[in-house]
Amino acid sequence: MTREYPDEVAGPYEAPPCVFEDRESRQIAVRRYDGDIEPLLEMYRKFDPEDRAQGIPPTDEDQIRNWLEKLMTDDCLNVVAWHGDKPIGHALLVPDRQGSFELAIFVLREYQNAGIGTGLIEGLLGAGREEGIEHVWLTVERWNKPATALYRKVGFVPTDDGSFELEMAARLSPDTE
Amino acid sequence: MKALLGIGGSEDSLHALKKAVERAKEAGDELTIAIVENPDASLSQAEVESRAGEVLDEADFDAEIETLSGHPGSQLLELAERGSYDRIVLGGGETSPLGKVQLGSIAEFVLLNARTTVTLIR
Repeated sequence: MTREYPDEVAGPYEAPPCVFEDRESRQIAVRRYDGDIEPLLEMYRKFDPEDRAQGIPPTDEDQIRNWLEKLMTDDCLNVVAWHGDKPIGHALLVPDRQGSFELAIFVLREYQNAGIGTGLIEGLLGAGREEGIEHVWLTVERWNKPATALYRKVGFVPTDDGSFELEMAARLSPDTE
Repeated sequence: MKALLGIGGSEDSLHALKKAVERAKEAGDELTIAIVENPDASLSQAEVESRAGEVLDEADFDAEIETLSGHPGSQLLELAERGSYDRIVLGGGETSPLGKVQLGSIAEFVLLNARTTVTLIR
């Protein structure tokens, strides 16, 4: 399946590390992460099942571990939002077989609607551009309006509206031809 | 139970093929395997048909195989109604690199339009 990417380059985004205050006056730090899976495992244990999307994150502890281990490899790009020493948000880019990257973002419920998702996804896209990633795509459940609005805000445009899940894509750099 | 399995050659449909044959054998259900046109699949309809034959042989189970042409979802539904099937069985979606389940367009069409129960196999 071929996907059309927008002509316009999205951004600019600040690459992590960055620190900002959220709308609840909490100091949030966004940093690239390639460490141990334990802190993330801790975060996903607290993840509200209502916020799961298309089967991820898994709910069972072993399955979460298994899933995370696949995402913490060299070819994936992980960015984590921290409140103090607690990870409260995780966004990542995972390569597909066509040289593009799939994006997902997860924020703990008590930290949602505070501007953290925007900071986190911009940090991820900034880091992605630093790594020379050109094309990023995602799918989102059609009824998930807050997520769709966030993706549009940071530069994603819908590319396929023929299914339950809306597919969106963004270009991080101009074509290298 | 009279079940109609629709497969087009995507990975999830081949998984569904195995599971549906096992299940039909166990339950003593009557099974028809309909091979639909799926432009997104890497296998041709003939290849899918021979795969279905292999799975049936391995399971030592008999099922009718039908090849459908045209719009996959509507052709499958038409066959289901014509043949008075009580259930349509389909693959439960592909998994993205990140692990997200993505339902194919055939499954979506069938879910929204079927008059019978639809089973998605994970």
